[in-house]
Amino acid sequence: MTLKLGVPSKGRLMEKTFDWFGARDVTLQRTGSEREYAGAAHGVNGLELVLLSAGEIPREMAARRIDLGVTGSDLVREQLAVWDRQVLELTHLGFGHADLIIAVPQAWTDVRTLDDLDAAAAAFRRAHGFRLRIATKYHRLVREFLRDKGVADYQLVDSQGATEGTVKNLTAEAIADITSTGETLRANHLKILKDGLIHKSQATLFKSRGDQWTDEKRNIFKALSEKLDL
Amino acid sequence: MPPKANVKACAARLQSFFLDAGAVPAEADILQPAEVLLDLYGEDIRARAYVTQDPMRGEQMLRPDFTVPIVQMHMQNGAEPARYTYSGEIFRKQENDPDRATEYMQVGYEVFSRDSARADAEVFALFSKALAPLAPRVATGDIGLLTAAVTGLRTTDDRKAALMRHIWRPKRFRALLERFSKPSTHVIPEPSEAPLIGLRTQKEIDTRLMALEKDAATDPISSMEVDLIEELLSLRETVPNVLAALRDIAVDLPQIATALHRFEARAEQMQKMGIDVEALDFEASYGRTTLEYYDGFVFGFYSDQRPDLPPIATGGRYDALTRVLGNGREIPAVGGVIRPGIVTELEGTS
Repeated sequence: MTLKLGVPSKGRLMEKTFDWFGARDVTLQRTGSEREYAGAAHGVNGLELVLLSAGEIPREMAARRIDLGVTGSDLVREQLAVWDRQVLELTHLGFGHADLIIAVPQAWTDVRTLDDLDAAAAAFRRAHGFRLRIATKYHRLVREFLRDKGVADYQLVDSQGATEGTVKNLTAEAIADITSTGETLRANHLKILKDGLIHKSQATLFKSRGDQWTDEKRNIFKALSEKLDL
Repeated sequence: MPPKANVKACAARLQSFFLDAGAVPAEADILQPAEVLLDLYGEDIRARAYVTQDPMRGEQMLRPDFTVPIVQMHMQNGAEPARYTYSGEIFRKQENDPDRATEYMQVGYEVFSRDSARADAEVFALFSKALAPLAPRVATGDIGLLTAAVTGLRTTDDRKAALMRHIWRPKRFRALLERFSKPSTHVIPEPSEAPLIGLRTQKEIDTRLMALEKDAATDPISSMEVDLIEELLSLRETVPNVLAALRDIAVDLPQIATALHRFEARAEQMQKMGIDVEALDFEASYGRTTLEYYDGFVFGFYSDQRPDLPPIATGGRYDALTRVLGNGREIPAVGGVIRPGIVTELEGTS
């Protein structure tokens, strides 16, 4: 039996994860042809590398098909209900930083805070006959955040990409999306609400809290933990 | 969880009790149009109800409660006064509490009647009688007292409307009340060079900017009024003691007089129907965190032996809901539901 570590299968997230483990004497690498999603791990006996889409890693950990996983802390919180019962955060990896925020048109000079958004949403609903639309793909995180802050009279509309364009395209009035520099927001005439930071995300190593943990897996994990200084 | 057959037998027993009290049996579809429920409860209902997509009818929801379809049915073709009883499954996502049931039976009793005090007492007395063998702990409250207090505040209609909108969100309500009780810190915003994008118009933005300026010039809500509202919300005593305290509060907060009279009339009716009002607990902030439609008398029955279980029964008055769903018509309404699954479980352990 091996200890399965899920890592994003491509791009900068994969490379930086490989670097992070490499710096701790655990070598992760892709094997086979450039297009084949196969990988190998060296440095800890019994550790198996599984290359997956970052978006599938939370689910795979919850389903106990992988034991450890590297993915964005935002994706885990979004995809898993009561996430902290299903996985444990082992360590932040210090890259892949992105903020999930709420943004509105810059021209809305009357809206600077969530408080303003709530009041504007009430007036918007009266004027237009429907609830103010917020485009996002982070439904759970946004809904929980707005409920906690007591914002009402809004609705979430699904947007899986180019979310910053939805306001101009008249499919939403505001957005909730990931940003790192804010440049795309500014280019699309949007501004972040002062208290509109929902979650500061970064690449994080998680451990599944499932019941698949045999003694053998535990021992491999112990060896890995020592190398990673967890 | 007790066997389903036992729960169904318990449901049938409870429903026949309500039928004997003069209720007409009512049914509701399991698939409900999502739009009505979303418009009523907002986006939060998505976290609590199962939503599914129908290619012809759009978004549908697995019935998260009976009240809305029963009110709709009554508003369309009901005679007055009316009493209904229903029995069936409801469906709730339990994302934050995976141990709780996602599908369970409810047996309900709803009264549509212009004699509110009597109807409140009738529903409560009936539930008390049905659950008496379980010797439950009883909680009661009245959201009408708070709404009356807010409506009569010496401040602008805009501020009152903002507070009323958040009656069911206690945290937000408190934050607003605190802000309105202090001098404004509003700063006139810099104009923006950015092009206006989206559906919200410049006129809407200007209207709100003007409202903000007007609000900034408004006198704070007096600390006396704020203290009285806090005092009202913190009341937690037996009914006679609460009534005495409310009469004191009403001297300085005269707007609650009508709600107070309703409370007195209800207590009197309850007494007549055999409720021990002297010993009945009342909690002024009870019922503010449930789904937002109760706007008057509210009640809940709990098991002291099994505090881990959800309430055995809950209910309350929802006059405003009939107004929202009534297309111009409205009728005072009160009702509640019992969970036969919980009743069966408690009967099994006692």
